[in-house]
Amino acid sequence: MTGIVRRDAGAVRLDGMPIAPRSAEESARAGIATVYQEVGLLPNLTVAQNLFLGREPTRFGLVRGRAMRQRASERLAEFGLSIEVGAPLGSFPVAVQHLVAIARAVDLSARVLILDEPTASLDTHEVTVLFGVMRRLAERGIGIVFVTHFLEQVYAITDRITVLRNGRLVTERETAQFPRLDLVRTMLGRDLAEEEARAETGPRVRRTAGPPVLRAEKLGKAGYLQPVDLSVAGGEVVGLAGLLGSGRTETARLLFGAERPDQGRILLDGKPVRIAGPRDALKHRLGYCPEERKTDGIVADLTVRENIVLALQARQGPFRPLGQAAQDRIARNFIAKLDIRPPDPERPIGLLSGGNQQKALLARWLATEPRLLILDEPTRGIDVGAHAEIIRLIRSLCEAGLALLVISSELEEIVTYSDRVIVMRDRAQVAELADGAIDVTAILRAIAAEAPRTASACQPEPA
Amino acid sequence: MRALRAGAPQLLAFLAVLLADRLVAPQFLAVHWQDGRLFGSLVDVFNRGAPVALLSLGMVLVVATGGIDLSVGAVMAIAGAVAASLADSQPLPLVLAAALATGLVCGLWNGLLVAVLRIQPIVATLILMVAGRGIAQLITEGRIITFASADLAFLGGGALLGVPMPVVLVFGMLLVTLALVRGTALGLMIEATGGNARASALAGIDTRAVTLAVYAWSGFCAALAGVVAAADILGADANNAGLWLELDAILAVVVAGSSLLGGRFSLWLAVLGAVLIQAMNTGILLSGLPPELNLVVKAVVVLAVLLLQSPRLAGLSLLLRSPR
Amino acid sequence: MSRNLPVLVAALLFAAGYGLCATQYPAFLTTRVVGNLLADSAFLGIVAVGMTFVIIAGGIDLSVGSVVGFTTVFLALAITRWGLPPLAAFGLVLAAATLFGAAMGALIHVFAMPPFIVTLAGMFLARGAGFLLSTESVPIDAPLYGAVSDLALALPGGGRLTLTGGIMLAVFLAGGVLLHATRFGATVYALGGSRQTTALMGVPVGRNTVAVYALSSLLAALAGIVFSLDTASGTPLSAVGVELDAIAAVVIGGTLLTGGQGGLPGTVLGVMIGGLIQTAITFDGTLSSWWTKIATGLLLFAFIALQQGSVALAGRSERRARA
Repeated sequence: MTGIVRRDAGAVRLDGMPIAPRSAEESARAGIATVYQEVGLLPNLTVAQNLFLGREPTRFGLVRGRAMRQRASERLAEFGLSIEVGAPLGSFPVAVQHLVAIARAVDLSARVLILDEPTASLDTHEVTVLFGVMRRLAERGIGIVFVTHFLEQVYAITDRITVLRNGRLVTERETAQFPRLDLVRTMLGRDLAEEEARAETGPRVRRTAGPPVLRAEKLGKAGYLQPVDLSVAGGEVVGLAGLLGSGRTETARLLFGAERPDQGRILLDGKPVRIAGPRDALKHRLGYCPEERKTDGIVADLTVRENIVLALQARQGPFRPLGQAAQDRIARNFIAKLDIRPPDPERPIGLLSGGNQQKALLARWLATEPRLLILDEPTRGIDVGAHAEIIRLIRSLCEAGLALLVISSELEEIVTYSDRVIVMRDRAQVAELADGAIDVTAILRAIAAEAPRTASACQPEPA
Repeated sequence: MRALRAGAPQLLAFLAVLLADRLVAPQFLAVHWQDGRLFGSLVDVFNRGAPVALLSLGMVLVVATGGIDLSVGAVMAIAGAVAASLADSQPLPLVLAAALATGLVCGLWNGLLVAVLRIQPIVATLILMVAGRGIAQLITEGRIITFASADLAFLGGGALLGVPMPVVLVFGMLLVTLALVRGTALGLMIEATGGNARASALAGIDTRAVTLAVYAWSGFCAALAGVVAAADILGADANNAGLWLELDAILAVVVAGSSLLGGRFSLWLAVLGAVLIQAMNTGILLSGLPPELNLVVKAVVVLAVLLLQSPRLAGLSLLLRSPR
Repeated sequence: MSRNLPVLVAALLFAAGYGLCATQYPAFLTTRVVGNLLADSAFLGIVAVGMTFVIIAGGIDLSVGSVVGFTTVFLALAITRWGLPPLAAFGLVLAAATLFGAAMGALIHVFAMPPFIVTLAGMFLARGAGFLLSTESVPIDAPLYGAVSDLALALPGGGRLTLTGGIMLAVFLAGGVLLHATRFGATVYALGGSRQTTALMGVPVGRNTVAVYALSSLLAALAGIVFSLDTASGTPLSAVGVELDAIAAVVIGGTLLTGGQGGLPGTVLGVMIGGLIQTAITFDGTLSSWWTKIATGLLLFAFIALQQGSVALAGRSERRARA
């Protein structure tokens, strides 16, 4: 709609007139303004400068600072904000920055305002303020497209819901006639009745799990993740389910030391350990395949072989190098075992398909012979064939006695391989399902559970 | 063999420059034996290119991590001053140890600023670039210190089996550096850190230690270059030793095909880059053109290489090639 | 508050340093020393103004010293050998330098090359061009030069504000207005904040990038004119390493090297602190000139550490605000 990505089908009409913006600038001129999740303003400039950048009031070529600040104050007052507009934007909380971004967008042109995940980093009170502003704008006749994954907020503010899934339009309905469970179901693309039928016909094999390899007790970080309790045993797959942004990746990063927790502790084999960084985690034989393959996983310039041996080599330290022959053996072994294609260990990994990159990353961690492997969205963005292979792989790893913690948005997938499922919502743990209780319906119910307060009620408050 | 193929453009460029030199100076390729050592313009190219080649051995590793070391010229001056001031009173091993240790300390300082204090590399090494020459002058007390030690002078003007010592030292350092980074896993870790620091840290690589190590090595190489330069002129000139050479070293690394954003590196190509630059210098000198033309030629070469590397240009040429 | 802290520290440092010097050498309290301080800092000050713009815009310009050198040689040859009237030569060299800077800015913008390497090449190019014009110092004996050296505003107390010192003050003023009170100035800060965001906010990034580097080269050429007026000669070796002094002055003045923050008042202080160190060392007589470099390096380190510390603090409090 904003023209940043060129469309190749369909039409956009504004007041019945077709428009075809080719850039953010053009769409803004046409009257479509967008505010992204990352505040698209400059924190080093003052609030007033941000509001008027590129169109400052001037006289004889000089900016009329006082007039600009006064106008800025007036504009922001309409949004219920009374702040020092001469102060740098970065000195204000994110919520205020968002409101300023919206103010700029509305002021520029807008008849249609697109808000992309504006509430992702706001607290409850700030969300309320934002919603107040949105209602007032709507009353002024501005159309608002509110992109979000927070269900509560969808019901709190919207008139109509459009559900998109994997780049496809799923449905569009009036909010009032769209029950919560239906919404979650359409979001995840599951037909409930069918799921329940399948859950009954497919008997689950109960695997006997040993003592927990890893236990996390009240692991959390203020403003990042509310305290989480979980344990994983050898030969057990624990699924972490939840919508995008519900705190799954955050849990994984805290466990692996990629982010420092400020409360709780981690026990390995019953003994408390200090994991101050990925290096410590590696030493304790933990592994973590991150969700963002490109930025956090692969080193695109290096070959498949080098990418595979990277973690093992890191654990051995620089002065006990794996010889060329050993590296080659490890790489070829995993290429054959995981069927990485093309089977050329010397090809830069950046040239491989997503599925094969994912397999190479799996190989990187398997090469370190981990006790616990954390897989974050292992099947995201890879084709159907590779998808099935990865799931088969997860099963066989588990049978080999590895402890696995798997994060996935594909509920059906989680149900098929998990022994236990932990459900997350809004950065907190909301439910834990075991054995017979694991089915898609139960997970959906937990995700869609009505009152958000129960989320924190079902776990002890942090001291 | 693979290394040779990867370096084909540089090797061809080097041969082309040699050929051009041969055209402007017919005696260019003539190498003769005299007083137990090799003489000739070609030998001179290698000999004169030695300091920059030494610098580029350190610089190429720093650039591979995505950094830059602007202080190498100043470190050369400091190490040269240390060596020259001790040369006549102390035995050679001690002189060398003192000079090289000084360089190592300078490099560690840079590494500390970049890896621990997280200051951008340009800025961090700028500090030593500014202050370093002052420190060198402090050591020489503002004079040009000369020395008579034949031991130290041998490193600049002597020859081993007929090969000039600076060339021997470059070759030795190339082998040592190769052993250090390719004989261990450091090379892989450097390339991984430069290629994707986030992913490397998540894979358990101590990116901080890797960064510290490459700057320390750069300081060490610069110190050796400084000793060679001082041994060559039998003295230390805090004002002029190593002046502009940081730029030549960066140029050598760029010519070697390393991306300034970090990633893959080749040690021998960096040395070849340094020698190539010297071959151009010598060629211009021999051809009778003003030697000042050098600076202009270098500027054009660096821009040309960078333009070839530029992703935007790659996009442009793709656009031109694909018919609409 | 933390934004102004570095400038405040620089101001206090300058005041304390000046006070200390005054207790040691009473001459510091005369306008003569003040006048000399201004005159001696003139050409560095002008270069530093351009550098301030470039650094705030998130770039760096290593070519300025070479542009100064080229300018002095060009002027010397143009006036004495080619017989150009000095003012015409000034105009010519200013125009040429502006084009040169614009070309560097265009390379940086169009090909997304790192500014330091482009301006490094520019440094080679300008220095090389200067050497190609002449390898030695050429004296300038135009009547204008003689007249200018006598031209000075008498200050009460026996001091003289020379024309070059005056030019610097004028450049400080004009630069301050341009940076802090025009649309262009606001855009410079925006560029330093984030080029991408600036572009998304609908501000033309390319044109402004070119303008910033053009301005820096223009001011470097102006500094070259001042330099040649001061020395009445031109040599391609003049102003070697001035880019570093200018960067140091800008940083000591509290401008963030990562861009987006800082200002001209700080740069003025930075230049003056540099001049003060130089003057103090001259007055002392026992300290050698290389202490200037060491002191500059130490100050540079101290101020960068200060910046780094305050940035880290700001980041922490921001995170807390978010949580």
